[in-house]
Amino acid sequence: MLVDPITSMWSDRLFQGTLVVLLLAMVFTSLEYAAARVARVARKEPATVGAGAEDTTGTAVEVTEPPADASDGAGDRPTRTRSDRYGRIGVSLMILAVLLHAGSIVLRGLATYRWPLGNMYEFTSALCLMAVGAWLVLVRKHPTLRPAGVFVLTPVLLLMFLTGTVLYAEAAPVVPALQSYWIIIHVTTITLASGMMLVPGVASLLFLIKRNERPAALAAKLPGAEVLDRLAYRVTVFAFPLYTFGIITGAVWAEAAWGRFWGWDPKETVAFVAWVLYAAYLHARATAGWRSSRAAWINSAGFATIVFNLFFINMVVAGLHSYAGV
Amino acid sequence: MSSPPTAPPQPPVTTPDGEPPHRRGPLGTALAFLRNTWRGLTSMRTALVLLFLLALAALPGALLPQRSLNAFLVDDFYADHPTAAPIVEVLGGFEVFASPWFAAIYLLLMISLVGCVLPRSLEYWRGMRQPPVATPRNLARLPHHAAADTTEEPDAALARARGLLRGWRRTERSEPGGVRTISAEKGFLRETGNLVFHLSLIGILLGLAGGKMYGYEGDVIVRADGSEFCNSSILGYDTFRAGLRVDGTNLNEFCVRVDRFAGTWLPNGQPATFGADVAYQSGADLRSGVTSWRPERIAVNHPLRTDGDRVYLTGYGYAPEFTVTWPDGQSRSSDIQWRPVDTSGSQLSEGATKFERPGVEDPEQRRTTQIAVTGTFAPTGAIGPDGELVSVHPDLRAPTADVNVMLGDLGIDDGRGQSIFTVDQQKIDSGELRTVAEDRMGIGDTVRLPDGTTVRFDGVTPWVNLQVGHDPGQLWVLGAAIVMVGGLALSLSIKRRRFWVRVHPSGDGSRIELGGLARTDRAGYGEEFDRLADDLLAPTDKKDG
Ligand code: HEM
Repeated sequence: MLVDPITSMWSDRLFQGTLVVLLLAMVFTSLEYAAARVARVARKEPATVGAGAEDTTGTAVEVTEPPADASDGAGDRPTRTRSDRYGRIGVSLMILAVLLHAGSIVLRGLATYRWPLGNMYEFTSALCLMAVGAWLVLVRKHPTLRPAGVFVLTPVLLLMFLTGTVLYAEAAPVVPALQSYWIIIHVTTITLASGMMLVPGVASLLFLIKRNERPAALAAKLPGAEVLDRLAYRVTVFAFPLYTFGIITGAVWAEAAWGRFWGWDPKETVAFVAWVLYAAYLHARATAGWRSSRAAWINSAGFATIVFNLFFINMVVAGLHSYAGV
Repeated sequence: MSSPPTAPPQPPVTTPDGEPPHRRGPLGTALAFLRNTWRGLTSMRTALVLLFLLALAALPGALLPQRSLNAFLVDDFYADHPTAAPIVEVLGGFEVFASPWFAAIYLLLMISLVGCVLPRSLEYWRGMRQPPVATPRNLARLPHHAAADTTEEPDAALARARGLLRGWRRTERSEPGGVRTISAEKGFLRETGNLVFHLSLIGILLGLAGGKMYGYEGDVIVRADGSEFCNSSILGYDTFRAGLRVDGTNLNEFCVRVDRFAGTWLPNGQPATFGADVAYQSGADLRSGVTSWRPERIAVNHPLRTDGDRVYLTGYGYAPEFTVTWPDGQSRSSDIQWRPVDTSGSQLSEGATKFERPGVEDPEQRRTTQIAVTGTFAPTGAIGPDGELVSVHPDLRAPTADVNVMLGDLGIDDGRGQSIFTVDQQKIDSGELRTVAEDRMGIGDTVRLPDGTTVRFDGVTPWVNLQVGHDPGQLWVLGAAIVMVGGLALSLSIKRRRFWVRVHPSGDGSRIELGGLARTDRAGYGEEFDRLADDLLAPTDKKDG
């Protein structure tokens, strides 16, 4: 038996369950976001005083995170609790989604007796898991980010929906080229890195919205520009070496599988382009005049390139990676 | 190149007006021009622009068909866009990664990178050998600061500070009035990581270039029936791509014998595993006259490696064997390979097995007696919807050939090169080569031509396509790439920090002032500074400065 149909069915069910739970999480994070706005407006004054104190430090550009979202203001207890409660429910749902999602992926592996990253369905699914996981870790470390969760969930849900419909592939063994332990090393690191990159990609876009105050309605409710900028930088700094490592392991694999370690196959080329863009982002962050908006544009372009690599190159351009198929 | 955000702004790109006012001779002007060009090229902004250009320039390589990857797609592009294609061609769009403009961008980037990184590293290295900078007069003006009065003696406070700042580079100074200070600094490894990262990029490039110059790659089809292939000259190959410094006379000699091709497939025909059982003699074996062969299995993801050469299994197919028996009783057999034509993996193949009648010397007669068995071969034959032969499985389960036997002039004597897979279409068009029999054959079947000649389908031998690769640069590239990731991780994870302590003696204890400055990733210093400050000022009541 090459595929265990019962296990693979349960994997699919867990995937659907994940989608539903994420949808619910999205509802609650949206509610939290909406409520948080009210709270922040209500306590605008103390917040300004705090910032003023920061400014007296002259050259200081140091930015502390804004005071924990409304939760320490004693005066507006009702709004605070509501926003906070929604937020907590949202996070709990995300944790549940991560568990279901991980279960779905593990069962897929058990059903097919192989590493469950062999086609676009599995790859994108794992990417989404990584993105939500990375977000949860971040929120744990920096609770003030929590209200922005809805902006991470939106693209994740979109991707998940595509994954479950257009990209869906029956559980099946993979072609000989993919039967190698390198799939574990290469594809897993690339998935980790790509999933993480979603967070800075979103953060940079939000930063631009906040910076330009457009659309104003959206900008008003976002966390501070510096918080977003810092978030983007921190996660990129973590994910970029991982992405680099993923590309190198890909090259090592290609040397064994395709007869050369680098051949400018479309997937390799676009991976190279994304890599160069992220390198440019890091450089821009260190260049006067490029530090804020331009750097954010570059970071967004970097993530767009990763997504382009995933969809366009796999589905439209024929290359050696194509057997990973739809 | 990633200068810390606190670095001074880059010098302006070209500012002739900034030069001293005295008059310069032409040599001076030229030098100033060179210096300005160099400054411009090595500025961060230029590096950024070059990075963008590199990303942009690589994109067409993914979007346009590339000749080095698939020449057929380039031909298709020509057919689909007859006006655009020649323009793309002139711009190098079909060979992006071999084009001069692509090379120009990355070479400029490398120069910019060296010019940017080396001087900076030098500067940091000098900085590292000097004691940490003196404690600023007013610590309260620093981004991070704290102060407190304590009952601790100044000496005790300083000793505790030293303990907390273990691992930092420190220096202590005295100021008038018995005031003592510690300046501490850490994070110099960041620059080291940065330097290592950028230099290893150049290492990668050099490794790539060396590999391209001294490497080669060749393809050869070998029948999987104990046939041998020896890597002794270019002539042994079907196709050969040599590096600039390879003339084909100095190949690493080794021999491979292909004993068996083994594939397994899923019921739907999707391949499950591929492999070829081979045996080989390495260069050392051959030189020392060893006659035994080393067994090995070449499979996908598992090439044969010998003395820096790699042998890959890149494809397989079938060679149907036919025997032609002429009416006078003479016969000839041939099992030349046919090539797979169906990309969906059913291994439906086409080919042309050519025969010359033995003993016919007269050129005129030769031109009327040559035979080609052409057609389609299916490893597992079945009848398609229009009665055509299709293959329903890539394995040899029901070998079937739809043959088209042709008689006449194959054009072998014309001196033009011929494909082993096809007959000369011109000869068919001119009528010099005609179909004389058609049949669907299984193994053992015979077809009879009008003149009594018979063609028998004897059997099938699998063949494998071997690709031999030689790239002396690849280990260098790998080494440089690993070092690069290490340097990258170092330079992105290490943070440069400064920390100052000033202890004033006061009546019954001391007053401690602290200051901190982050030279990279400023946002992250807050918590770390607070922790240090809390520890240092712990037994005292910390007054916010
Ligand atoms: C130099 C060589 C390689 C590079 C630069 C490279 C790069 C990448 C990148 C960037 C991805 C992320 C995919 C995306 O965003 O869609 C990826 C995915 C993947 N790679 Fe590679 N890779 C290389 C070699 C290989 C080799 C040799 C194999 C297998 C024989 C392989 C198999 C896969 C698979 C299965 C995926 C995930 C599925 C998919 O995206 O379609 N890669 N690779």
